[in-house]
Amino acid sequence: MLLSRHLGRWLARLTQPRQPESGCIRLNRRRIYILPTRAGFLYLATLFTMLLGAINYDLALGHALVFLLAGLGLVGMLHTHRNLLGIEITGSGAEPVTAGEFAHFQLLIHNPDQRPRTSCAWSDARQTLAPLEQHLPAQHQTLLLLPIPTQGRGWLTLPPLRLSSRYPLGLFEAWANPWPQGRCLVYPRPHFTPLPIEQQTGTTGNYQGREGQEDFAGLRERQPADSPRHIAWKAVARDMGSRPLLVKIFSGGARPELWLDWEAAQGDLEQRLSQLTAWVMDAEAAGLEYGLRLPDRHWPPARGAAHQQRCLEALALYSL
Amino acid sequence: MSHPPLALHHGHIPWLLLVALLTTLPHSRYQPLWLSAVTGLILLGVAWQWRQGYRAARGWLKTLLVMAGCAGIVVHYHTLFGRDAGVAMLMLFMALKLLELKHRRDAIVLITLGYFLLLTHYFYSQSIPTGLWLLFSTFVITAALIHLHGDAAAPPRTSLRLSGKLLLQALPFMVVLYLLFPRISGPLWGLPQDAHAGRTGLSDTMSPGSISNLAQSGEIALRAYFNGPVPARKVLYWRGPVLDTYDGQTWTTAMVRRFSPPPLVPLGPGLSYSLTLEAHNQRWLLPLEMPTMLPSQKDMEARMDGNGVVQAKSVLRSRQRLDFTSTPQYRLGITTAPTVLRRNLQLPADFNPRAQALAQEWQKRHALPADRVNAALNYFRNENFVYTLRPPPLGHHAMDDFLFNTRRGFCEHYASAFVILMRAAGVPARIVTGYQGGEINPVDGFLVVRQSDAHAWAEVWLEGQGWVRVDPTAAISPARIEAGITWALPEGEGLPVLANVRQDWLKSLQNRWEAVNNRWNQLVLGYNPERQREFLARLGFPDPDWKTMGMALGISMGTLLLILAAWMFRPVPETDRARAIWRQAIKRLERRGITCPPWETPLALARRMEQEAPELAPALQHLAELVCAARYHPVSPKMEALRLALQQLPRR
Repeated sequence: MLLSRHLGRWLARLTQPRQPESGCIRLNRRRIYILPTRAGFLYLATLFTMLLGAINYDLALGHALVFLLAGLGLVGMLHTHRNLLGIEITGSGAEPVTAGEFAHFQLLIHNPDQRPRTSCAWSDARQTLAPLEQHLPAQHQTLLLLPIPTQGRGWLTLPPLRLSSRYPLGLFEAWANPWPQGRCLVYPRPHFTPLPIEQQTGTTGNYQGREGQEDFAGLRERQPADSPRHIAWKAVARDMGSRPLLVKIFSGGARPELWLDWEAAQGDLEQRLSQLTAWVMDAEAAGLEYGLRLPDRHWPPARGAAHQQRCLEALALYSL
Repeated sequence: MSHPPLALHHGHIPWLLLVALLTTLPHSRYQPLWLSAVTGLILLGVAWQWRQGYRAARGWLKTLLVMAGCAGIVVHYHTLFGRDAGVAMLMLFMALKLLELKHRRDAIVLITLGYFLLLTHYFYSQSIPTGLWLLFSTFVITAALIHLHGDAAAPPRTSLRLSGKLLLQALPFMVVLYLLFPRISGPLWGLPQDAHAGRTGLSDTMSPGSISNLAQSGEIALRAYFNGPVPARKVLYWRGPVLDTYDGQTWTTAMVRRFSPPPLVPLGPGLSYSLTLEAHNQRWLLPLEMPTMLPSQKDMEARMDGNGVVQAKSVLRSRQRLDFTSTPQYRLGITTAPTVLRRNLQLPADFNPRAQALAQEWQKRHALPADRVNAALNYFRNENFVYTLRPPPLGHHAMDDFLFNTRRGFCEHYASAFVILMRAAGVPARIVTGYQGGEINPVDGFLVVRQSDAHAWAEVWLEGQGWVRVDPTAAISPARIEAGITWALPEGEGLPVLANVRQDWLKSLQNRWEAVNNRWNQLVLGYNPERQREFLARLGFPDPDWKTMGMALGISMGTLLLILAAWMFRPVPETDRARAIWRQAIKRLERRGITCPPWETPLALARRMEQEAPELAPALQHLAELVCAARYHPVSPKMEALRLALQQLPRR
């Protein structure tokens, strides 16, 4: 058991590529390795026993059966090899995730041949992942989402992969270690605590904040960018929807600003990053404008997916 | 690194059931009924359970079944080992494995067991139908193995087709291995006692009824192929064991093997023929009387013992082809030691007093031993003796009973009675058993001798002539010797089996089938170390050693593998011919140092060439338009036009 694990590790190191490749990787003959499986050794041992039996009892047809099965094993080896030969793999990145989640790397798998590829299993080169089985129809392109677990924040590059197949007989396993390029941004693992209190700033002006906090200043026609929260539903109800929707505008008062500050967070570096990440997510979900202040840089208050992404990216890559 | 073992899919169970059924079903012919019943019940139970949603059986149930099954086998066979008990165990395990299918590896174990069980069928038969049935089973088992590793949702057709393809591709490997794999003559170790059970043939003892029992079987005992005309039927005496010791009931052979062979003087020309003996589990060979040249094969040492019986060095465990030369006219043992002659005069004193009295009377009346022989034959001829397969039972003085009361008997009765009479009359005599006659199969010209041709005759020793064959059966029923047993038996006493068929159409069908079987036996089953050496010698490797054979095998297997790989991995021709032509055009451009990125469309490339290579532009523009038309225009241009356009482009 221990020996086979050592052997497996040694083989993985031996067959693993040195660096990732960009573009399309075509599995040619030199990339595909093949070895008998445990079932293959069982088969071999059975054939050997059968041969001894056939010799001992002088069974001519027993010899023939053993030889037919031996031929079958050899032919099966070629078929297993061919099951991977010529597959084209193009790697790409994955949507950003938070640490601890699975990053789903996108792989474009192309089977250019006239025959389908049955039972190809995806895993990483060290085989820590549970294999993901895939059947590729003939002349078909498939987008595969390969889930890779994440641990820390920062860039996660796609590890060297392992594409293996035992089809058709399971006596041999052919495998290749393609290493397509692809990376995924991993945000810090969020640690949810209450948002810091908004601070008043001196600036005044038209500002649409949370309802009931500022003075009502009037109505205007709704524009597509307006939040549905500010629609004057009472006014709409009054005129039975015959006029365009109106939104309430508020004026006066100080504009509240939410600063997610490195100093406001507590704990060591990673803890602070986790807290800030959670704040960014909360503030975005609440529809607030927020700014992010890190020791070396800051991002002025704003809202929206792009802003959130910028902030989270900064948190993910901070001091890496 | 390690992941939980792969679970088995619900759709795999019927395949595994089929594997179990195919591999155990033929064994039900040879195994005890209860075992077949248990196997069948388990199969049915699993099939029923599968419809409800398969679950592996509980541990205690499996333990109970294993213990009960093993106990049953021990009670039936008195052992767990040996050939038949071993097969029974495998059958039991096959059925029980069906009760614990959880993971893929369980299924793999079951399928491997299935392959192994296939081999055990050959213990009982290696005929053509068995071979075909097992080929079919291999096909299905392999399909099950493929299905196990493939797409569980795929239809069975996919697995079956691939299985057939793989087996077809494996056939050449099988042929090469069959021909070149160094053959070893078995057995490698001591065989269990039941290894060759259930083979019929002559025995080394004879008592009333033993040969008539054998004669009911239509099984083939031997085949002979004469290099020349087949001799007359009445000289076709195939000499088996000689029996010279009588205890009042049973004839046996004294241990005379240490004696050197008796002097043999051939009086006529030799007949050379090859004899294909079915395995009979004994050492004697059955040549035509009397062999002057014994087979000289490497793996077959044969010599003649003191009784003139040809004995092999070891027991015949498999069908053997042997070359002999015999001569029907001979003098055997003119000089025979007095001790031997004395032994051939011995009779138990207190048996058959009436026969002994009759013989002593002949001895007084005839001075010449030859006359005493004739007196006995005349006695058989003139009294009312009947040749029959179903003689009545005989009493304590069996031969007295036969000679004076019942007078109905088969050849062993006549031979036995005759020898007793001769010994009592002072003429050394003994019984020879073997086969008499045989039938030519017109399809392949082989002479076929069956168990129903089993026969017993006598030899008497006469001064100056040596051992002379006397067949008392011929005195009673000349047809037995001239025409065969079918014509010698009374009406209504036909042989129960196809042993000897009188109908013509049936006979010709039987002849054809047996000729096919003979070819099969000679070419396929008879391929032993000796035949392999002959085959290799014909290929140009006379007397090869292990190294040569291993090399020949390795080279041919490697070549086959390379051929198959080259065929399997051949580049697939481009199916889109327009694209193939466009690729050639690109190749020509690239030879001139023009880079053509894969995303550039034909028309865009042609337009770019107007600047970069104006001399090529018109031809390329024309070709690009044709390629696009072939792709998108409702009426495709002719491929000929595309090929012409390609020719306009310079090759380099």
